[in-house]
Amino acid sequence: MPKLLRGLRRAAGVIPFGVYVTLFLIAPMVAVTIGAFQDNNGGFTLSNVNAATHGVYLKGFWQSIILSVLTSVIPGILGLIIAYTIFTAKRGRVLRQMAITAAGVFANFGGVPLAFLFIATLGSSGLVSQWLTSLGFDPYAHGFTLYSLSGVVVVYLYFQIPLMVLVILPALEGLRPAWREAAENLGARTWDYWRYVGGPVLLPSFLGCVLLLFGSALSAYATTEALTNGTIPLTSIQIGSFLNGNVIAGQENIGKALGLGMVVIIAVAMVIYVAMQRRAAKWLR
Amino acid sequence: MAAAAAVTGSLLLTVGCSSSNSSSGSASGNTGSGTNWATASSVAAGGGMNALVAAAKKEGTLNVITLPANWANYGTIMKDFTAKYGIKINDANPDGSSQDELNAVNQLKGQDRAPDVLDMGTAFAVKGAQQGILAPYKVATWASIPADAKASDGTWFADYGGYVAIGYNSDKVKTPPTSFADLLKPEYKNQVAINGNPTQASAAFSAVFASALANGGSLDNITPGVSYFKKLHTVGNFVPVTASAATMESGQTPIIVWWDYLLASEIGPSVKSLKIVIPSDASYAAYYDQAISKSAPHPAAARLWEEYLYSTTGQNLWLQGEARPIELSTLVKDGTVDQAAYKALPPAPSGSVIFPTQAQQAAAENIVAQQWSSVIG
Repeated sequence: MPKLLRGLRRAAGVIPFGVYVTLFLIAPMVAVTIGAFQDNNGGFTLSNVNAATHGVYLKGFWQSIILSVLTSVIPGILGLIIAYTIFTAKRGRVLRQMAITAAGVFANFGGVPLAFLFIATLGSSGLVSQWLTSLGFDPYAHGFTLYSLSGVVVVYLYFQIPLMVLVILPALEGLRPAWREAAENLGARTWDYWRYVGGPVLLPSFLGCVLLLFGSALSAYATTEALTNGTIPLTSIQIGSFLNGNVIAGQENIGKALGLGMVVIIAVAMVIYVAMQRRAAKWLR
Repeated sequence: MAAAAAVTGSLLLTVGCSSSNSSSGSASGNTGSGTNWATASSVAAGGGMNALVAAAKKEGTLNVITLPANWANYGTIMKDFTAKYGIKINDANPDGSSQDELNAVNQLKGQDRAPDVLDMGTAFAVKGAQQGILAPYKVATWASIPADAKASDGTWFADYGGYVAIGYNSDKVKTPPTSFADLLKPEYKNQVAINGNPTQASAAFSAVFASALANGGSLDNITPGVSYFKKLHTVGNFVPVTASAATMESGQTPIIVWWDYLLASEIGPSVKSLKIVIPSDASYAAYYDQAISKSAPHPAAARLWEEYLYSTTGQNLWLQGEARPIELSTLVKDGTVDQAAYKALPPAPSGSVIFPTQAQQAAAENIVAQQWSSVIG
């Protein structure tokens, strides 16, 4: 008994987190999983999963994955470069504080206001588009449109790059200047340093950050919805039309099957991440 | 994510009901004078208008849900009802959706803050009737409601609505478009938008349905509507953003296909040069529906509310909110219509209004859900 009590006391600190995870992660996931295999009368069925893995919904998964990969890898690399520039800037304390604050603001600016901002600047009759047109270059006559997958990528970069800067900076701070000096004393060139020291140390955090961006892009909803009105098939928006809309009634469980699909995508991404991280971390041991 | 919301929602509800149940236990159906209004299916069956007014006044309260004050004039309607009968109105969740209304009926059942009356889209009214949570009731003017705009057993009946219309900012759009065919003209490049995603927003869905009617489709065939928007995109006229007063004001979407009454009430105030026309090649109308909850805590007040809404006063108040009440043609015929409000609406096309049946609606929804994302592709 005292042993159990001691165990409980030791675990007490984790209980709030456990409750939180149970309520907001495990319970919804169980509910989504059960719902995905239920018909409207509560009986078992595979038809929701079947619908969710065919036709426009399958296309939605692909488009979502393409969009998420593009908007996690591109901002991942750009964000790393920007963060490194900030990190190594001489007398960079003020610059760093400003950059972190700005990144915090931009990374959290999203939804309908962000969509409107882009419509008003890069939309077909937006301010910037009009300027470019008056300078003799109409972006809409050259294949660019904000209301396509490439347009959505541009909009996502707006909040993904600062997010990357925010999350990768602490990892960069873990790179001790002494390591670089030591490497240089031993005759390493810049490339050697990155190949054998900096890169391997950073890689696990870099992968983790990119995975975070991937999840953030996969689940983004309001901005794209306001920008494209569902003309691009994306899973998050399709789920929205089942659970949230005024049009389609009584097919909520297909939405849950789509939700289950997103859980699977994230799970696969996590497995890839863990495998890559293990390889990367081998060096550190 | 939605499931997480449901979990928090039910937590809040559990907390809420422990405090509200104690406030009043008088939420029973029978309100004296011998009539059980909870089961009365018409005012005559319950003992006449005077008995209904007396019973409703005794209940003293009416719970409505998801009625925005600036929507179809509901603010004035509620104030006028309270002034006339001395019955207090609680308006829960004014900006909620039709689905929220059904959820509230199911989740708050037995509590005195459960909704008494509902105002929702037809798909949801039908769903509510199938769930058996709506009480059949026929207002005194039942016969004036078109047969295909009400449930034959009285569980729901159309209240107000309007036509799919083209709204445009006449400062920016020099040549007024008058039809869906017009909107394809090159002069409207990058100008035409709808109010949302047709797989989610019923107004946008209706715009697709209307364009189908204009392009050789029918209530059985919405596909030409999707093709129309595809063409609109190919010629470069379609701007696929969610149109609003802001996008029209800022010049991004000078032309919006939307309900005539919502163009008037939501965009009219901020865009003074707004003009509204009902397209000459398609007249597509849709109405919202009234229903009474079977477990209404104030059954007499609920029925009095319906009688009030379907009186000449109630119908004209909707009309003043630039919505078309379902009994408008009767009002016009009888000369009881508010002429000023009637003239403020864009003239309705001649001929009777056609509505999709539930089967047609469901089939069309599935097609739009499958095909809409191919519009830009």
